[in-house]
Amino acid sequence: MILDPFIEFGFLRRALVGCLALSLSAPPLGVFLMLRRMSLAGDALSHGMLPGIALAFVLFGLSVPALAVGGLLAGLVLALGAGALARGTGGREDSALAALYLTALAAGVAIISWRGSAVELSQLLFGSVLGVDDAALLLMAGAASATLVFLSFAWRPLVLECFDPAFARAVGLRGSRWHLGFLALVVVNLVAALQAVGTLMAVGLMMLPAIAARHWARGIGGMVAVAVLLALLASIAGLAASARLDVPSGPAIILAAAALWVLSVAFGPVDGMLARLRPHRHLSG
Amino acid sequence: MSIAVRDLTVSHDRRPAVHHVSFTLPKGGLLAVVGPNGAGKSTLLRAIAGVQRAEHGHVEAGGRIALLPQQAGMDRAFPLRCRDAVLLGLWAEGGAFGTLRDDGRVADAMAAVGLRGFESRPVASLSTGQFQRLLFARLLLQDAPVILLDEPFNALDARTAADLLGVIRRWHGEGRTICAVLHDLDLVRDEFPHTLLLAREAIAFGPTGEALSAANRLRARSMAEGWDPHAETCARAA
Repeated sequence: MILDPFIEFGFLRRALVGCLALSLSAPPLGVFLMLRRMSLAGDALSHGMLPGIALAFVLFGLSVPALAVGGLLAGLVLALGAGALARGTGGREDSALAALYLTALAAGVAIISWRGSAVELSQLLFGSVLGVDDAALLLMAGAASATLVFLSFAWRPLVLECFDPAFARAVGLRGSRWHLGFLALVVVNLVAALQAVGTLMAVGLMMLPAIAARHWARGIGGMVAVAVLLALLASIAGLAASARLDVPSGPAIILAAAALWVLSVAFGPVDGMLARLRPHRHLSG
Repeated sequence: MSIAVRDLTVSHDRRPAVHHVSFTLPKGGLLAVVGPNGAGKSTLLRAIAGVQRAEHGHVEAGGRIALLPQQAGMDRAFPLRCRDAVLLGLWAEGGAFGTLRDDGRVADAMAAVGLRGFESRPVASLSTGQFQRLLFARLLLQDAPVILLDEPFNALDARTAADLLGVIRRWHGEGRTICAVLHDLDLVRDEFPHTLLLAREAIAFGPTGEALSAANRLRARSMAEGWDPHAETCARAA
């Protein structure tokens, strides 16, 4: 029933495979972003990729590898630049990121209005399932695999860096390197979602399941598991709805994720609204 | 030699928080670091532990260092269970990727600081004093020859403070080198044979009775806490 469109349309199956791959990798990154109080950093990074994508579009047209490389370079400059600026000049990382992404966004819009049509570009920002070709699918699967491998090594350093940075440094952990590697992967995941969901919308697949997962689990491992599950559900439901209702795939998937987030806020057992409203009788000890 | 600090200067924005401090604490020494607020006590400990970069001079330690940081820099709301937070004390064995083999040591360490039964509780549910005990359990697991404690008894009730003081005594008995930032001078006189009186510069270093003489304490108190707007570059700056 819900799967009918996937049986009917081959291009939708390709998009689904790609989105399911990203659903495994993006939400765990989102959980760490949330725990590091950087929930909005993904948003800033996705906007900051615009000049790279726009420049690649002007120079090479609608070519996935070119656009991906352009977005990746711009995003990496932004992520690593903000990190380096904050550490080198003693400011806060979020303010450095804000300054850089606003500059990048303005440059991107200037490049677009100088050349190119806004119609084709909106496809890049908001996604189109028709655009998921072999190159895009490989990019999505590659990004997901790289992220999962990195996280399996970086899990403990990221947790320790976040929980107790002084202790981390005292035991010789180079926390800033792990942090920069982590930010680079955030960029890679956003770029990989370029075709199917659009870079702006990709942040939604990263953050919404992560933020929703807080209402289902108390431990970080449980949060990541729930976030991945919610993202998988949102990808399936969103793509199916996108085909049936003829809306772009990006907004459809993110709205599905948003619906799951609303359900989590309302009915989640951990700090959900219903759980808070229900009268609690305290235990005896 | 277990901790040797040579002409150490650590600055915040060119203002020295620790200014040309030198001392040597022999292996097995038990040292209290005291001084007024803003005297550079925490900065000194952080520099010895390698958490903060020394601008001038250097530090040598005769073995692995374990640091008890102040709680202020931590994220106490982080979604970790107590057991996992303590387990991170085995970092030196497992590093970032290796297996952290528990074999009952976590439970033993938690029991030793009175946290039996706290294993699966989230760290966010602990009080400040309970969290301090959790950090002591992590220190126990670190099993380091050199231990640095930044205000270990802050916010603790009398019984917990006495329990943790017992842990410090035990470490001292085992021949570990311990350096603790403290404010309670009576406790320092009773328990710590050596004292460093710090007021950015080392006012006194030696046996506690002599270091904490009335004249020395007066000198430490007279340290100007504010920054001198007309301060010039230090003549001993490299």
